[in-house]
Amino acid sequence: MTDTVPASQQSSTSGADAGVAARKADIRSRWMLASPALTVIFFAALGPLLIMLVYSFLQKGSYGGIVWSFSLDGWFNVFLKRDIFDDTLGFADGHLSIFWRSLRLSFGTTVLALLLGFPTAYYIATRPANLRPVFLFLITIPFWTNLLIRTFAIMEVIRNEGVVNTLLMSLGVISSPIQMLFTDFAIMLGMVYVYLPLMVLPLYASMERLDFRLVEAGYDLYATRMGVLRRIIVPMVKPGIIAGSILVFVPSLGAYVTPRVLGGGKNMMLGNLIELQFGQGRNWPLGAALSITLLVIVMVALLFYVRNASKSGVKSHG
Amino acid sequence: MADAPAKPFSIKRQTGFGFIALCCFVLLYTPILILVFYSFNAGTSIAIWEGFSWRWYEAAWQNERVVDASITSLKIAASAAFLATLCATLAALATTRTEPYRGITAIYAAINQPLMVPEIVTAVALLIFFAMIKVYTGYQGLAYLIIAHTAFCIPFAYLPIRARLENMDLSLERAAADLYANPWQTFRHVTLPLMAPGILAGAMLAFVISLDDVVITEFVKSGGQDTLPTYMLGQLRRIITPEINAISTVFLAISVAVVTVFFLLNRKGSSSS
Repeated sequence: MTDTVPASQQSSTSGADAGVAARKADIRSRWMLASPALTVIFFAALGPLLIMLVYSFLQKGSYGGIVWSFSLDGWFNVFLKRDIFDDTLGFADGHLSIFWRSLRLSFGTTVLALLLGFPTAYYIATRPANLRPVFLFLITIPFWTNLLIRTFAIMEVIRNEGVVNTLLMSLGVISSPIQMLFTDFAIMLGMVYVYLPLMVLPLYASMERLDFRLVEAGYDLYATRMGVLRRIIVPMVKPGIIAGSILVFVPSLGAYVTPRVLGGGKNMMLGNLIELQFGQGRNWPLGAALSITLLVIVMVALLFYVRNASKSGVKSHG
Repeated sequence: MADAPAKPFSIKRQTGFGFIALCCFVLLYTPILILVFYSFNAGTSIAIWEGFSWRWYEAAWQNERVVDASITSLKIAASAAFLATLCATLAALATTRTEPYRGITAIYAAINQPLMVPEIVTAVALLIFFAMIKVYTGYQGLAYLIIAHTAFCIPFAYLPIRARLENMDLSLERAAADLYANPWQTFRHVTLPLMAPGILAGAMLAFVISLDDVVITEFVKSGGQDTLPTYMLGQLRRIITPEINAISTVFLAISVAVVTVFFLLNRKGSSSS
C-alpha cells in the first residue's frame, strides 16, 4: 500500500477516485472468483463443524441422533460419568485411558519418527545436488499411495501367519508366533510407517539451507562429531524439528484407520472412540463433544506450528 | 597418517546416519514390496510362497463387488477432481498476483481448512449434516460423497495451481491488453495456457487424494456405495487371501503412475519458468 500513496498524490483527485474504484471492482471480482470454493468448503467442511458444535449441547436420542433440547451431558461425559446405582459423579476411566493412550502413542510415534527421520533427512541433504530429488521422490512416493494399503502391508507383515513370524519360525528362532498385531506396538509401528514422510520433508527443507561453514568452524575449534551435531546442527535445524514433530503428532492423534486395522477392537484411540459414539454407543452429543475436544487439541498444536513457521521465516530474512 | 588419504575427513559426515537412512528406505518399501510379491502367489496364503500365478487378479476381476466398488471410486474421484480443480483454479486466480486485500487471509484459511481438521472430525460432522439432509429430501445418491470429496480435494488442487500462477508475472497479460484483447480473450489465450500445467497437476493430486480416501467415505456413504478402499476395510474381518493384495497392487500402480507424472510435470513447470 505504501508505494501507491505517492502515485495517487501526484495524480488528480478524479484519477485517484478512478484508481480506487478500479481496485474496488478488482476486489469484488476476486471474491466472486473465490466464492465457488468457499461455498463448497462451507457446505461440506466448515458448516457441518458448526452444526456438530450445536449437537454437542443437545440431548441424545435413545436410538442415536439427538433430541432438540439443551443439555450439557455430552460435555460432562467426555471426562465424567454418572454411576448407574448411586448417581455419584466419577471420572470416566475408559475415556481417560483412551485419551492417555492416544497422547502416549502419538508422542511415541513422533519421537520414533524423529529418531529415524532426522538422520535420513540429513543424509539426503548431504548428497550431491543431482541425487537429492531422487531420494526425496523415494520418500514422497509412499506418502501419496493409499494409507489403507500401507496399513494393510504392515498388518500382513506382522500378523501371526505373516512373513515375520513365518520366517522366524522356519528358522527355528521362535516355536510359536509372537503376537504383534492388535497391540499398541502395532499401532505405533503403523503410524511411524505411514507418517514418516511428514517428518523427513520439513527436516530436509531446513537442512538443505544448513550453512556448513559453521560446521567447519566447529571442527576447527576441536569439536567432536557429536559436539557439532548437538551444538551446531540441531540448534540450526530446530524449526524443521518442530515442524516435522507437529506434522506427525497431529495426524497421529486423529488417526482412525491405523488403530482400527492394527489395534483391533480393544486398543482404541480417540478416532475410534468418536466412531463408537456414532455407531454402537448411540450417543451423538458425546461423540460431537469428543470430536470438538480433539479438534481443539489439534488446533493448539497447529497454532504452535504456524508461529514457529513465521518466526523461522523472519530469521531467514535477517 | 598412512590411512588418512583412504578415508578423507568430511565435515558433512555423521557416523551411522547413512545406515539409519538405509533402514528408513528399507522400512518404507519392504512391506509394500512384500504385499505386491504375494499378490502373485499361487496358494491362498499371504506368507507362504507356492509359485507364480495370476489367479488372484482373475478372482478380483471376476468379483462383482470389487468391480462395482472400483466403478464407484472412479466416478467419485473423476467428479470430485473436476469440481475441485475448477473451484481451486478460480480461487487461485482470486488470491494471487495482487496486493493483500481485506479478507484474503480468511480465504486462505477457509481453503486450507480441510487440511487442518482431523479427517475423523470432518467425517462425523458430515455424517450429522447429511443425515439431516437425507431426512428432509430423501435423496440417497452419490452427490453427498462427491461434494464431500470435492471439499477436501480443493486445497490439494489449489496448491500447485497457486504455485504456478505466482511464478507468472503480469507482463504477457498486459501486452495482450495493449493489443486490444478483451479480458476474456486475454484469459482464454494467454493466462489459461500458461496455467495449464499447474491445473493438470492440481487435478491429478485431487484425483489421487479422492481415490485414496477411506475415513470420510466410510461415514458419508449410503448402502451399496462402497468405494474400493471402504470395500477393502470391510474385508478386514474375513480371512485374508492374496486377492486383497492383488487389488492393492493395481491400486498402488495407478497411484504411483499418477504421482510420477505429477512430479515430472511439476519439474518441467519449475524449470521452464
